[in-house]
Amino acid sequence: MASKYSNMTVKAYRRENGRVGVRNHVVILPVDDISNAACEAVANNVKGTLAIPHAYGRLQFGEDLELHFRTMIGTGANPNVAAVVVIGIEPGWTKRIADGIRATGKPVAEFSIEQNGDFETIRRASWAAKDFVHMTSEYQREECSISELWVSTKCGESDTTTGLGSCPTVGNMYDKLLPEGITGFFGETSEITGAEHICQKRAINEEVGERWYKMWKAYQDDVIFAHQTDDLSDSQPTKGNIEGGLTTIEEKALGNLEKIGRTSQFIDILEPAEAPNSGNGLYFMDSSSAAAECVTLMAAGGAVIHTFPTGQGNVVGNPIVPVIKITANPRTVRTMSEHVDVDVSGILRREMTIDEAGDELIDMICRTANGRNTAAEALGHREFSMTKLYRSA
Amino acid sequence: MTEIPHLLVHEHEDNVGVVVVEGLTAGTDMLVCVTHDNSTFRLTSGADVPIGHKIALKDLKDGDTAIKYGEDIGKIIADIPKGAHVHTHNCKTKRW
Repeated sequence: MASKYSNMTVKAYRRENGRVGVRNHVVILPVDDISNAACEAVANNVKGTLAIPHAYGRLQFGEDLELHFRTMIGTGANPNVAAVVVIGIEPGWTKRIADGIRATGKPVAEFSIEQNGDFETIRRASWAAKDFVHMTSEYQREECSISELWVSTKCGESDTTTGLGSCPTVGNMYDKLLPEGITGFFGETSEITGAEHICQKRAINEEVGERWYKMWKAYQDDVIFAHQTDDLSDSQPTKGNIEGGLTTIEEKALGNLEKIGRTSQFIDILEPAEAPNSGNGLYFMDSSSAAAECVTLMAAGGAVIHTFPTGQGNVVGNPIVPVIKITANPRTVRTMSEHVDVDVSGILRREMTIDEAGDELIDMICRTANGRNTAAEALGHREFSMTKLYRSA
Repeated sequence: MTEIPHLLVHEHEDNVGVVVVEGLTAGTDMLVCVTHDNSTFRLTSGADVPIGHKIALKDLKDGDTAIKYGEDIGKIIADIPKGAHVHTHNCKTKRW
């Protein structure tokens, strides 16, 4: 059925594989930690490029190594990225990541440092990066349906106002746009604890619900209970959550889950950084609740815009995905307004309905897709945090 | 609503509400709004409570369950009079 959201369009970049991106980055991507310096040198040489330094990529193995590759390839493959220069210490893993990104059809160049040194690698990679900047800076935005956007969510520095205002605002957006055909992501596995009975029922069918419950239980048993040394009272909820009035994980989880609205159902479960492959709809990604880690994983899964409700004022951003901050806390609006994109504090004063707040967020999603820089982009927040499953070999 | 509420409550079965104004002081005749249907009632605050923190809507006893969103959010671990501050000093998770 047609709604007032059905005909909404945005001006965005259509990539070689048909996906729609809202930014046009030329990324200089290190395969491993020791290639960060070369990548940063190239980005310094060639304006309009973006190096994404990170801490890992050596001596990883097994599932942890697979997650590393998936995160690297997914980041390069994200439709917000127009072209990629990949630099690694040796050619094997460098090629594996470059080829993974190349499968999207976008331009990729790869370089390895051994037997070349930083100087020669930087020289060659800078020429490739410069060519990519010339080529991609001529790419034009074109009209795309809002339904082609992949929109993720994760909240941070939550307090009791997130469950009352900013999370239901995101939920209202999903209730309106998922029926139009967008693809959505939510996650934060440990932070559903206390609301798992409700979350399981929001699966599209019992089979998906049961798989979801197994995944949630595995995070409890293998991550939380296997490593806990206390009652997690300083970690989940966090000190910031407690300062903001949240007392228990159950209370935090119930507020968190407001992000999937009243009617939305999730159609499948994703591994960390895994791209959806079951069609349009809402997906649960097994992920940490730490802001930068979670946003990084969802960006690697292919999300092009992130909606981020905050209570006490989390300032996180991402290098390739615009992060839209929404808050209902009037104190945060008063003290941290430079970080706020959508102020829904009127909900607490009962001056604004959730429906109106949802429409304001949809408007901000469209403006962001059209090119408006978010607060996090304007302030240079580019947190890129890899999730690591266990110690390296 | 012409008067701005001091305290918001999600559901009618909840026994705690959230302070949504800054600088709430003890003895305030609070306007309380239940967001489920925007119905209102009044309650006197028993303490200075910061924005975002919770207040008991009725007398709670050690061993009771705190209810918010109509759901169990933890156990009450000390007697709490109606109108008093509810937080980590008198309410605790049942999970970890």
